[in-house]
Amino acid sequence: MKKLLVSPAPHIHGKESTRGLMRDVIIALAPSLLVSIYFFGFSAIKLAFVGAITCVIVEYAIQKYIIKAKPSVKDYSAALTGLLLALNLPPNSPWWIVFIGSLVAIGIAKMSFGGLGQNLFNPALVGRVFLLVSFPVIMTDWTTPASWFREGIDSSTGATALSIVKEGLSKGMTMDEIFAQNDFSYAQMLFSKIGGSVGEVSAFALLLGLVYLLVRRVIRPHIPLSILGSVVIFSGIFWLIKPEQFPDPVFTILTGGILMGAIFMATDYVTSPMSSKGMVIYGVGIGIITVLIRFFGAYPEGISFAILIMNATVPLLNNYFKPERFGKEVKNG
Amino acid sequence: MSRTFSIGGIHPGDNKISANAAIENFPLMDTAYISLSQHLGAPAEPVVAKGDTVKTGQLIAKASGFISANIHSSVSGTVTSIEPYPDLSGNLVPHIIIKVEGDEWVEGIDRSEDIVREISMESKEIIGKIADAGVVGLGGAAFPTHIKLSPPPNKKAEFLMINGAECEPYLTSDYRVMLESTEQILIGTKIMMKALGVKKAYFGVEENKPAAIKKLKAVASKGYKEIKIVTLKKMYPQGGEKQLIDAILKRRVPSMGLPIDTGVVVHNVGTALAVYEAIQKNKPLIDGVVTVTGKCMTEQRNFRLRVGTSFDSIMYAIGGFPKDAVKLVNGGPMMGKAISKMEAASVKSTSALLLLTDRETRRGVEGNCIRCGKCVDVCPMGLEPYLLNRLSRADRLEDLEINMVHDCIECGCCMYSCPANIPLLDTIRLTKAQVLRIIRSRPKK
Repeated sequence: MKKLLVSPAPHIHGKESTRGLMRDVIIALAPSLLVSIYFFGFSAIKLAFVGAITCVIVEYAIQKYIIKAKPSVKDYSAALTGLLLALNLPPNSPWWIVFIGSLVAIGIAKMSFGGLGQNLFNPALVGRVFLLVSFPVIMTDWTTPASWFREGIDSSTGATALSIVKEGLSKGMTMDEIFAQNDFSYAQMLFSKIGGSVGEVSAFALLLGLVYLLVRRVIRPHIPLSILGSVVIFSGIFWLIKPEQFPDPVFTILTGGILMGAIFMATDYVTSPMSSKGMVIYGVGIGIITVLIRFFGAYPEGISFAILIMNATVPLLNNYFKPERFGKEVKNG
Repeated sequence: MSRTFSIGGIHPGDNKISANAAIENFPLMDTAYISLSQHLGAPAEPVVAKGDTVKTGQLIAKASGFISANIHSSVSGTVTSIEPYPDLSGNLVPHIIIKVEGDEWVEGIDRSEDIVREISMESKEIIGKIADAGVVGLGGAAFPTHIKLSPPPNKKAEFLMINGAECEPYLTSDYRVMLESTEQILIGTKIMMKALGVKKAYFGVEENKPAAIKKLKAVASKGYKEIKIVTLKKMYPQGGEKQLIDAILKRRVPSMGLPIDTGVVVHNVGTALAVYEAIQKNKPLIDGVVTVTGKCMTEQRNFRLRVGTSFDSIMYAIGGFPKDAVKLVNGGPMMGKAISKMEAASVKSTSALLLLTDRETRRGVEGNCIRCGKCVDVCPMGLEPYLLNRLSRADRLEDLEINMVHDCIECGCCMYSCPANIPLLDTIRLTKAQVLRIIRSRPKK
């Protein structure tokens, strides 16, 4: 007599897996990683490699020796965190910086909350902000190392476009003067920036990653679009009021970490809302806070802080912004 | 522009590999095992006893109570016993077991192929006759059809809707019926329209069945203009009543409500054919079209199968249980029930037998929820399966009710889409039943 397998429906499963989704995000990061290798050479490879390996080892060790759980590093999520952290560091960072950042990202921000899916804050960003606060000099040294394709740039010209503009504006210069003095152009910003984190060099490469994530349905467009949209609108209002004091929206979008943050950091599944409505509010919140920090805060860039602040609101957003129910009306009588 | 429902939904792949197999009559079995509870509601009461000889189409069990249905013998022969016998889930329920001798039909059943177009009966007569013939909904739930055709006096039916979506992968029985008995089901639709007193019917078919749509449109244009054939986008679970009404009319059945609350009554294609046969051919519901399919099988079949054929004999007829298969599903892969006992027999609402291999049906190892929100994205009822699962595991029934677990239609979209292989529906299904029981036990206002 044939023994039949009995289990409840559904009897089939889709092809998506946690591992597959994480792998897709890593693939989406590939263009940015390749561009950064082109510009920063071995330094970029070193940071990405040390970040990914450290995160994997730390997660494995914690699961195996401290919490005695089944190691789950095969799902690529730890490697992805390490990679994201590395891409958010200045290209000239020493290897131990990314090592310490990875320890904090996985050990404190992820595993101490209970591992994958349990953490409130984006682990890579927690690692980055920890480094920024602890090692402010290294973390704002935008000297670019030499690569096989180009010479290194010394620190006097290696500042990010954002800090150059912020400094220039504070000295009473206009945007046009700053652009002319520094030889900035939008095309340059789209394809290769003037200093910045490893992964932020080319806006074009980041956008390529966004297209891949959307086509593969890894993420939905709500979060990136609401961040970018709100940044454009909110910074545009300031720019229209006082164009000599505030940079224009295109400059705001193309410089700094907004694209990186909107595409790869804010869309982290674990730390972003579940429903479409929640996603839009979360994105708009990030956009507004980013612009406020950039224009009025002490730091030239604010997206990391903005994402972490909005991460904290996610449980609340999930609670108050429910998806549209099919049976909204309840039958009477 | 083809339409679809407004929230959620998935594309679980077509796999309609049996679509081109014409319907064949399944050979008569040696013994018929006819269940007394193959419909929603109270089991029928037998009107025959051990040792009686019965003819094909003879009434052998009468409906008992308001929601129940008559049962007729699907074969001719001798009643050997009335005893508990395993049903699809393996539970022992009373069956009438008949040793098959020849195939002698009750007089007055028109077994010819001639199409009878004239509808001579009036509404009340039609509903009475459908009840007599033991017709039940063949879309899955097996709800007695005559009750659905008699809405309560305070509700008015505006439209009849025929469900030809067949959105589950693999299933092709409705498709074959639409193709091979096109005019019969349109007449069946007209009969039900007359019974309900409605002037218009919508007939929804998914666009992956172009041949059926073409044929239905061609026949409907000659004499069945009141039946509108609607092409639907391919999207699961469009065959759910609530999703179908939303797709065609943009009306939403309220929470805890029924289709009639939107002025619609929905019936399945198979039911339309059964109604045609009951009214125009005087034939009770004793057989149905069943797809026997699976990628592990060399041949895909669509059978016209008598009610009470054991799964053993079906497997025998197709050349034995395929070696690779591990699971036999009564119905489609998304909502069908896994059969636990091969000796169990088909019922009125059996529409497919699906054979799945270990590789096709093996559940993945459950991982942590990564809060990707895919379950929320695909839920056609706008629920949050990840949350319902968590609340279910903690037995928080009150919060489950607040989050509308009772609206779940158990379509399985969430569990199908979950990248972490969390058995969302397993846990939700259990607490949904509990919450529904609590809601129904409350005194009515």
